[in-house]
Amino acid sequence: MDLFIAIFTGTIIAATPLIFAALGELVVEKSGVLNLGIEGMMLMGAAFAFWAIVAGLPMPVAILAGALAGAAASLLFGVLALTFLTNQYAAGLALAIFGSGVSAFLGRNFGSAPIDALKKIYIPYLSDIPVIGPMLFRFDPMVYFAIIMFFVISWFLYRTKGGLVLRTIGESPETAHAIGYPVIRIRYLAVLFGGLMAGLAGAYLSVAYTPLWVENMTAGKGWISLALVVFATWRPLRVLLGAWLFGGMTILQLQGQALGIAVPSELLSALPYLATIVVLVIISQNRQMLALHFPASLAKPFRPAT
Amino acid sequence: MPPRLELRNITKSYPGIIANDDISMSIMPGEIHAVLGENGAGKSTLMKIIYGAAQADSGEIFCDGKPIAAHTPATSRALGIEMVYQHFALFESVTVVENIALAVSSSFDLDTLARQITELSNRYGMPIDPYRRVHDLSVGERQRVEIVRCLLQAPKLLILDEPTSVLTPQAVVKLFETLRQLAAEGCSIVYISHKLDEVQELCDTATVLRNGKVTGTARPKESTSAQLARLMVGAELPEMHVSPSVPSDKPVIEVRGLTAPARDKYGVELKNVSFEVRGGEIVGLAGVSGNGQAELISLLSGERTHANALSIQIGGKAAAHLNASERRKLGMAFVPEERLGRGAVPPHALWQNAVLTAHRSGLVRNGLVDRKQANSFAAKIIERFKVKANGPQSSAQSLSGGNLQKFIVGREIALEPKLFLVAQPTWGVDVGAAAFIRQTLVDLSRSGAAVLVISEELDELFEICDRLLVICQGQVSPPLIRTKTNREEIGLLMTRVDRGNGTNGRGEVAIQD
Repeated sequence: MDLFIAIFTGTIIAATPLIFAALGELVVEKSGVLNLGIEGMMLMGAAFAFWAIVAGLPMPVAILAGALAGAAASLLFGVLALTFLTNQYAAGLALAIFGSGVSAFLGRNFGSAPIDALKKIYIPYLSDIPVIGPMLFRFDPMVYFAIIMFFVISWFLYRTKGGLVLRTIGESPETAHAIGYPVIRIRYLAVLFGGLMAGLAGAYLSVAYTPLWVENMTAGKGWISLALVVFATWRPLRVLLGAWLFGGMTILQLQGQALGIAVPSELLSALPYLATIVVLVIISQNRQMLALHFPASLAKPFRPAT
Repeated sequence: MPPRLELRNITKSYPGIIANDDISMSIMPGEIHAVLGENGAGKSTLMKIIYGAAQADSGEIFCDGKPIAAHTPATSRALGIEMVYQHFALFESVTVVENIALAVSSSFDLDTLARQITELSNRYGMPIDPYRRVHDLSVGERQRVEIVRCLLQAPKLLILDEPTSVLTPQAVVKLFETLRQLAAEGCSIVYISHKLDEVQELCDTATVLRNGKVTGTARPKESTSAQLARLMVGAELPEMHVSPSVPSDKPVIEVRGLTAPARDKYGVELKNVSFEVRGGEIVGLAGVSGNGQAELISLLSGERTHANALSIQIGGKAAAHLNASERRKLGMAFVPEERLGRGAVPPHALWQNAVLTAHRSGLVRNGLVDRKQANSFAAKIIERFKVKANGPQSSAQSLSGGNLQKFIVGREIALEPKLFLVAQPTWGVDVGAAAFIRQTLVDLSRSGAAVLVISEELDELFEICDRLLVICQGQVSPPLIRTKTNREEIGLLMTRVDRGNGTNGRGEVAIQD
């Protein structure tokens, strides 16, 4: 039972950065913009949050610093892709490389000492319930915040006018412009939001998940988030489930390594990536559902007609 | 009283073309004002400028005597100017009510809005289900959504671009009542149409455009069609020549007992559809959109196949199980309803679009596209079908609707089909091009091909067809001889509701024949 609880809570924690980053990217892509630079924005978030802790700032400020660093990085992408209509693939890839470089540069002074990680909170009474308590009510606040963000984003996208506008801009910016919506401004906001969320994801990695600074510590989680959005057919619930699936596989393969399963550890480490993609490919087979949720103008530059 | 809208010396040019050249006009409150002109005459550009979706290079626009500054669609809507676009401004991935919610600025209460839509659409005889996705609607139904969206705003100036082309004659009467009522309440209406009889019936004044210039203003009720047409075309309209048909002995396409489920939950199930088209004749399929046309077209064209191979036979061969390419090998050609996106790839050049269906006509050698051949093939179509385009290199989307349609129809006819399927051949096409396309269809059939025209425009069907079929709720009526039926009978069959042997006795009798 203890092992089960450990795997369960490990899954939830491992999925948290993916939930932040992928949900942020979901909002960006729903507006018709493809930002491939999640990895870079996450690394910026991770580095700045860690830096703030090293500089002695309190934890909430550090997490905020990470989020803002991600947003600042995304602004760079936004200016290139939305104002100067650069190719979005190129601008996103540039951002990924840029973020990786800048974070490595900052990290040279961080040293290798661990920091005090973000504290878990034991929710009074609830956390004392046998089994369920340790499974659900002993996480750090960011874990709960990620779940809250899932509900907020689902509600925003499908229940509010703002979400409707965002989705329709992703389908046809020309039409949205024709009926009077400020397409570029809304896309900027979406891109900034995506950067904020990627920054949070990075911050979570460096101040909560592994409270250490390691160069390129995101280890491809930004790319997996990107894949999650696509294979989840642009639907929030599937993004959430996909993130948990990935988290679960990560923890399982770690357990497998610990138990000494006779499979090379490199292959085991690849398992979460493989399993997540296989499952998501299978569930994205319904072409009609895909067509209905795919933002039709994704990655196409838009210039308002004059 | 100042005019509701006044244009002074509007000029707008795009690279290589002056779309609007010094255009002035004014529209009084409560006036129904027609803008007549061929495609490419500058109507669409002018409407965009009025609506603020495009800005004039020079000239001024006044609304109720005040100049409109910083003109955008948003300022237009704030002033009460609403527009039904020719290419609809609807989002496909969301529902009707969500589409309308995007354009109305009131609070975001979808349930209340849906009730208003249902109520308003029923009142004006354009029933529409607010919770359907626009993706699943036909062109005609989309137009209803556009009109209802505008009416919900209680507009002061309503711009309508060819609004009646998909309505039944009964619904047109209703729409005109609505428009007259709106005008009586003080709303000004700008009415763009190529149907001169409608303009004469409805409109108080008309501004006629040709090549971006105003060629005249008229009082349609006091002018003859010929006078108006001359202002618009600059010459007399060609007369249609419909010689008597000599149908072949054997049908070219024979549909027997075709039954198929709806393509999705909003589609229509086809029930036991049977008809045939012989060589040398034109058969028209009439019906209000959304009655199974989409299903029938996709089954006939081969986009959808059917397990019962014998339910569709082409040239005596079982064909229902064949895909579109295999059916084309049997001599079928097809012009879909949507020009941009299905009939042609919008950003591709005309010669590339020609290769799409004409690749069997020597345009491809050893798997490589023969550009020279393709270019000359496209150039021949442009010349033969009088397509106004900047040569085979111009992109499909740069052509006006009528010219692109002429190109697509021409491309298919150049393949010398034995069987020609065409859906909405003159949708959004100006009067000159429409007459040309219709004459082309007649000529094709008289040269021996079987032609099936699926259209929501009764006038068109009555003008060119030898026999008429009516589709309603997935059932196709027995054929009616064009010369022995009339608009009222067809209109009744189009709206026939399954009520047993109840109220629409006439329609039932015709079906049971």
